[in-house]
Amino acid sequence: MAVATTAPGSRLSPRKRRQRIRLAQYALLVAIAVIAAVGANWGQIAHVFFDVGIAKSTVLHGLGAALVHTITYTAGGFVLGLLAGTLFALMRLSDVLPYRWIATVYIEFFRGLPTLVVFIALSLLPLAFTGLVVPFDPYGTVWIALGIVGSAYMAETIRAGIQAVPRGQVEAARSLGMTSGAAMRKVVLPQAFRIMIPPLTNELIMLIKDSSLVYAIGLTVSGFELTAFGKGMANDSANITPLVVAGLGYLVITLPLSWLVRRMEASTAKGR
Amino acid sequence: MPGLPGEPIVRIRDLHKSFGDNHVLRGIDFEVSQGEVVCVIGPSGSGKSTLLRCINLLEQPHPDSSVVVHGVELNDPDCDIDTARRHIGMVFQQFNLFPHKSVLANCTVAQETVLGRRGSEAREVARMNLDRVGLSEKRDAVPAQLSGGQQQRVAIARALSMDPSLMLFDEPTSALDPELVGEVLTVMRRLAEDGMTMIVVTHEMAFAREVADRVVFMDGGVIVEQGRPDDVVGNPTEPRTREFLQRVLDPTHVTPE
Repeated sequence: MAVATTAPGSRLSPRKRRQRIRLAQYALLVAIAVIAAVGANWGQIAHVFFDVGIAKSTVLHGLGAALVHTITYTAGGFVLGLLAGTLFALMRLSDVLPYRWIATVYIEFFRGLPTLVVFIALSLLPLAFTGLVVPFDPYGTVWIALGIVGSAYMAETIRAGIQAVPRGQVEAARSLGMTSGAAMRKVVLPQAFRIMIPPLTNELIMLIKDSSLVYAIGLTVSGFELTAFGKGMANDSANITPLVVAGLGYLVITLPLSWLVRRMEASTAKGR
Repeated sequence: MPGLPGEPIVRIRDLHKSFGDNHVLRGIDFEVSQGEVVCVIGPSGSGKSTLLRCINLLEQPHPDSSVVVHGVELNDPDCDIDTARRHIGMVFQQFNLFPHKSVLANCTVAQETVLGRRGSEAREVARMNLDRVGLSEKRDAVPAQLSGGQQQRVAIARALSMDPSLMLFDEPTSALDPELVGEVLTVMRRLAEDGMTMIVVTHEMAFAREVADRVVFMDGGVIVEQGRPDDVVGNPTEPRTREFLQRVLDPTHVTPE
């Protein structure tokens, strides 16, 4: 914006100028609200986006099951991703050069690809491996798909967390006679995971949203998660309301999660 | 594990250590006998902490150097360093307590994972050693709730819980507020009186004079002078020792370079 000039003789003091600018911003906001209120066809919008009757039938006819599917898909993918991510993080920090290469290639590859591409590729895997049977279908395939994508992101978070633990902690553990493995398990990883709670939660929330892409794997109606369920209902009723309700379903998961993490961060901050 | 009678607990021959181009230790010969308390003094950068960290191989010495503790050559690639370290306690300048564990758990975790002691036995040993440093009532606290002096005493109890026969102290009071130094030095003095073999890198000349059996002055990566505390601290023969002690003992009359 324009640089404020304080030429001698300028009649407005800086304080008054700030007041006017703020006033102008409020005026703009009110003008937009008025135009929106007068100009838009609210009845039509409300009918398409939030029809109470359709919303009610969406909730009653399968929203709960879809919500549970989203949670189970994500939870399984997150656990797999966390385990594999820890493995790849340790490989990146390994003394063995090929391990570092493998981990780096894996992480860069799956972080760089769109999640949807990974899912489609995975759904076509039986073409390459005829007779391939993934256990716990459809959960198995979904968990592996989300686990692959999640582990690539989490590996980097976990590596950074391990490296954030002060060097003196390892020295203290080793000077007590612990092997490097014991020092990692008993001293470094517990502290690293505390440091990693906020970024890992971000990744969990991203994974919740990525679970909406599992339709690409080809689910049956009984396996629909929130997005597939909402989309199906929206198509059937020629109305967006079911999708809006499904969207709110995501917030039902993510908002408490954010709140929980803020609390955990506050309590670990006290302990440090 | 303890060597032959009369054999020194620590025997270092021709110890060299470099960090890249920085040749920190330039040939150290050094012995410590059973029950001896040795204070290592010297200006910063003289290599005294590095010497201490070579004794439990937190720093890897030059391959030709010899570091023998309890009759075992530690600077041998095939040496089982984890076993050797069980008997060598170490106390750090920055305490390095495990912040995610209680005071008691700080003292039991290595007993359980390294020595294979059972939970109740490990807790008993930990309580005894916390009592020794006067902190048994703090056993359920976490390190962040303790003062620096208390944290350092817990660190001493943690090391003692492994029943070491040699204790290394790396500037144990340098990170403490002045009024907290005394409680740590008192614990260390009692430990010395109980007959513990100790190597202490320190700037506390009063402690060195009162408690040490021998004082070693290092400068430029070599041992310049060593002997009885009254001789080295009270009446040094080497000009470098004299100049260092003057700076430490009379800091308001140092000529700035």
